[in-house]
Amino acid sequence: MDEVFKALADASRRSLLDRLHARNGQTLNELCEGLAMTRQAVTKHLAILEQANLVTTIRHGREKLHYLNPLPIHQIGERWIRKFERGKLAALGELKRQLEKRDE
Amino acid sequence: MSKPEFVYVTYIETTPEKLWEALTAGDFTERYWFGVRLRSDWKVGSSFEMVHGDGSVSDAGKVVEYDPPKRLAYTFVNLSETYRNDIPALATFDLEPHGKLVKLTLTHEGFAEGGKMLPAISQGWPAILSSLKSMLETGQPLEIPRAAIKPEG
Repeated sequence: MDEVFKALADASRRSLLDRLHARNGQTLNELCEGLAMTRQAVTKHLAILEQANLVTTIRHGREKLHYLNPLPIHQIGERWIRKFERGKLAALGELKRQLEKRDE
Repeated sequence: MSKPEFVYVTYIETTPEKLWEALTAGDFTERYWFGVRLRSDWKVGSSFEMVHGDGSVSDAGKVVEYDPPKRLAYTFVNLSETYRNDIPALATFDLEPHGKLVKLTLTHEGFAEGGKMLPAISQGWPAILSSLKSMLETGQPLEIPRAAIKPEG
């Protein structure tokens, strides 16, 4: 679990997860597009994310595709969120989302 | 060949044989899968169904691969009206032993364009796989209320 928190404690790595969340299954080239990071830096960050099992890769034809693996984050949630809090938290999350959407 | 929509990986402290049983035996699945029993004779090409406590079948498809304790694959689609524009998508489970752990990789692919299965599935699998891991490692599945993972919208 330490590895998950360490991997998440970096804005660049979180932005890579955001990109995969928006579109799952990307190649390294696709992930690098439009980022202010060198390819080398992206590769390094992806290795840390993979080590923490937050990103997983598969071979698809000749390409290596990167996927967001949400299971470690889900398991962190399961550890601290109590059963009966879940509904309330989902409602609060939705409230925040709706209110903030209006300001856009 | 389209690419898989999801790839989930979890490491479980168990043996491939126990994990295989947990993935295929109805007595096991109903403990961690919202009470769902998987029903099939597990022959390639045979029918595959998700059966609920009241005997109703929510999802159905076919067995595509059965190679214990390494690889299991089946298709399924929800049978309700909500999912009328969906087609059976393929779920593949790969089991790989690594010392005391088994690496379980689930890939899911072949969803209908604009269908409703995809968002529903992306909410469901993390909960099911976390509960499976918990059950095999501690003997206790996670109790997740079904309502908590309803897809948005």
